[in-house]
Amino acid sequence: MSAKEKTEKTETRPKSEKNRSQAFWQSLLVPVLAVFTGLVLGGIVIAATDKGVAAAFGNFSANPVGIFPAIWKAVATAYGALFYGSLGSPREIIEGLRVYRSSGDMALLLKAIYPFTESLVTATPYIFAGLAVALGFRCGLFNIGAEGQFFMGALGSAFVGYSLIGLPWFIHLPLAILGGAVAGAVWGAIPGYLKAKFGAHEVVNTIMMNWIAFRLSDWLLTGPMKASGFRPVTPTIQRAAELPRFFPDPLRFNWGFILALLVAWLVYWFLFKTTLGFEIRAVGANPDGAKYAGMSVTRNFVLVMTLSGALAGLAGASQVLGVDHWVGQGFSAGYGFDSIALALLGKSHPLGVVLSALLFGVLRSGATRMQSLAGIPIDIISIIQGLVIIFVAAPAIIRWIFRIRVSEQETVLTRGWGK
Amino acid sequence: MKKLYFVFAIVLIASMALAACQPKPVEQPAPAEPAATEAPAATEAPAPTEPPAPVIKVGQVTDMGGIDDKSFNASAWKGVQDAVTEFGIEGKYLESQQQSDYAKNIQQYLDEGTDLIVTVGFLLGVDTAKTALANPDQKMAIVDYTFPDCWPGAEVGVQCGTDQELPNVRGLAFQTDQASFLAGYLAAGMTKSGKVATYGGLPIPTVTIFMKGFEAGVKYYNQQKGTNVEVLGWNTATGEGSFTNNFESLDDGRAQAESFVQEGADIILPVAGPVGLGSAAYCKETGSCLIIGVDADWYDTAPEYKDILLTSVLKKIDVAVFDTIKDVVEGNFTGGTVVYTIADGGVDIAPFHEFDDDVSAELKAELEAIKAALIDGSLTVDGVLGQ
Repeated sequence: MSAKEKTEKTETRPKSEKNRSQAFWQSLLVPVLAVFTGLVLGGIVIAATDKGVAAAFGNFSANPVGIFPAIWKAVATAYGALFYGSLGSPREIIEGLRVYRSSGDMALLLKAIYPFTESLVTATPYIFAGLAVALGFRCGLFNIGAEGQFFMGALGSAFVGYSLIGLPWFIHLPLAILGGAVAGAVWGAIPGYLKAKFGAHEVVNTIMMNWIAFRLSDWLLTGPMKASGFRPVTPTIQRAAELPRFFPDPLRFNWGFILALLVAWLVYWFLFKTTLGFEIRAVGANPDGAKYAGMSVTRNFVLVMTLSGALAGLAGASQVLGVDHWVGQGFSAGYGFDSIALALLGKSHPLGVVLSALLFGVLRSGATRMQSLAGIPIDIISIIQGLVIIFVAAPAIIRWIFRIRVSEQETVLTRGWGK
Repeated sequence: MKKLYFVFAIVLIASMALAACQPKPVEQPAPAEPAATEAPAATEAPAPTEPPAPVIKVGQVTDMGGIDDKSFNASAWKGVQDAVTEFGIEGKYLESQQQSDYAKNIQQYLDEGTDLIVTVGFLLGVDTAKTALANPDQKMAIVDYTFPDCWPGAEVGVQCGTDQELPNVRGLAFQTDQASFLAGYLAAGMTKSGKVATYGGLPIPTVTIFMKGFEAGVKYYNQQKGTNVEVLGWNTATGEGSFTNNFESLDDGRAQAESFVQEGADIILPVAGPVGLGSAAYCKETGSCLIIGVDADWYDTAPEYKDILLTSVLKKIDVAVFDTIKDVVEGNFTGGTVVYTIADGGVDIAPFHEFDDDVSAELKAELEAIKAALIDGSLTVDGVLGQ
């Protein structure tokens, strides 16, 4: 939390202690309320599409109060399953712990923590990809290409993972991770260079780079990188390149999550504790001013897009090396695109990104159970995420709904065309 | 302003609390008012001594196409729904949005104690085999895949699922080349330009088998009639053909149709799921080609293209899934591989619908004869191609 306060300190004019802590809470207010409003509206969608509610409405004239329990039942079932499926049940976890303590049998405990570990597994690529987009925002760059960089990173680390044979893990694993980062970095650097050199807008170029990445992966998976057999997938990576897992199957929780937290801290340190980071933020805040102060705007554009691409590449690497161990078509469920929302929600701060990634991980992961037990299509999660993005991107809506006074100037996350 | 927060918070909490409290005051007077519906429930509730027969639970795990892919996921789901109507079982589905979801979704059904887990598509092959081996009592079925699936030298459990028979998994396979043989013969008889075309989504056996049968059908027509109808997009002898390399891009389907038409083809069989709809759109707009649908009868699933739909190559996944569930319900479930053929109606071609008048009675009679010959085995796809 102190990290966040320090950020405020470096970003805004010095305030009194009281004002600063107030500003901190205020900065949390809009995202939290946005998530809350998103969940409420998601609940309305759930209720509106629920058969029980429809039946209750059909019976409206006879029993007008009857719609409320029906709505409550629909929403509670859905969200109950969502959160049970993503966090697990505390009772089961305690019971599992008790059995483990007394008999040393882990089976029950593992079953109880499975939902939560799955949420962390889902959150891992979100953290990396969210950091990628957030870093871009800090320099005033809108990296929509995280999805493509994610793909390239996945393919890069998979290639290093399966093509090198016989290396010990402490060499192979870092190489495979590096392979992902480099592949992503290249994919990010190209639009960065085009922007710096020719002024081509990075939004257009990163979108185009996404399509090149998708089609390139189609080709690689059916051609040069295809495993033997008929399936259009890469060979499976070597054991030595896998990010080790903490628990036996089916728990997939692995070191990727720890790595993600570490990288989040690194990004924080880089952005707020180094000269280079300061330059990047300066360019993001006011490129003309930064230029006047003797900083190279174009160099920072290339640097940030390269680093951003590397982070998105790491997201792909963590997914391949930690979870899937091979890459097939349609490898990603849109982590790169979701991460834009995530960076907005996290206010482009590494800590905010980690928290938002955990939230998205919980939502995505719990959706499986919700879909199965409550029969709610998994798409509802996309709706909730979409609503959250709208509210975070247009905080005025949230302020209007909850009647919040504007107290500080909004940080500019990205600029429009022409600048 | 702070006061407004409180007001809001109180209103929200109150509304939640009200909603939470509603059920009790409503349900208590309920037996008095809508007695007709509530009374039986009331009598059933306090009789837990007679355990009702447990409802059979079936869970389908889709691949990334999703449940409404208008292709095999949708078709398999129709089979589940038919079984729900017929046997009163409980049917569910879980959509996979990315490859890491496969294992997770199967795990979810394992945790719920699902009686039969139906997985769809070759991408779920390895995870299905792993689950089946680790849970020998779990009944499973997989659409379009069969076990053992390992080839010499493949790493078991990684590149492929298993090198042994799985007694608890039923692989559902389809002899679709027999149906597309008919489609090929029909296309050869209907083409005006003397060229017909086919393309696939990916060069995988479940796709190329359509193309192979199509080529064989055309070849058989040429042999019978002494014509020289050409097939673009597939050659069984070399194993090469046209592929979009994905099952998603309608634009690719459009481009593929355009290039075939430029090469002179006027009937196209797209074996690429929804990609084929892109080709259909092109044919409809330009009026330069006809389409043969795949998997389901596109007359029903894509009625907007009925004007250019010659027929469809049917692969009745729904029937296969339904049969499997029926066996589970009746206690006759067995593992192994079940191949659906033209003999049992598991594969076939659809009626000609709008083109019924255009297909000559002679051609129809020939198709019937070929169908009979395919059923009794006097005519085989490999036999035609081997000549």
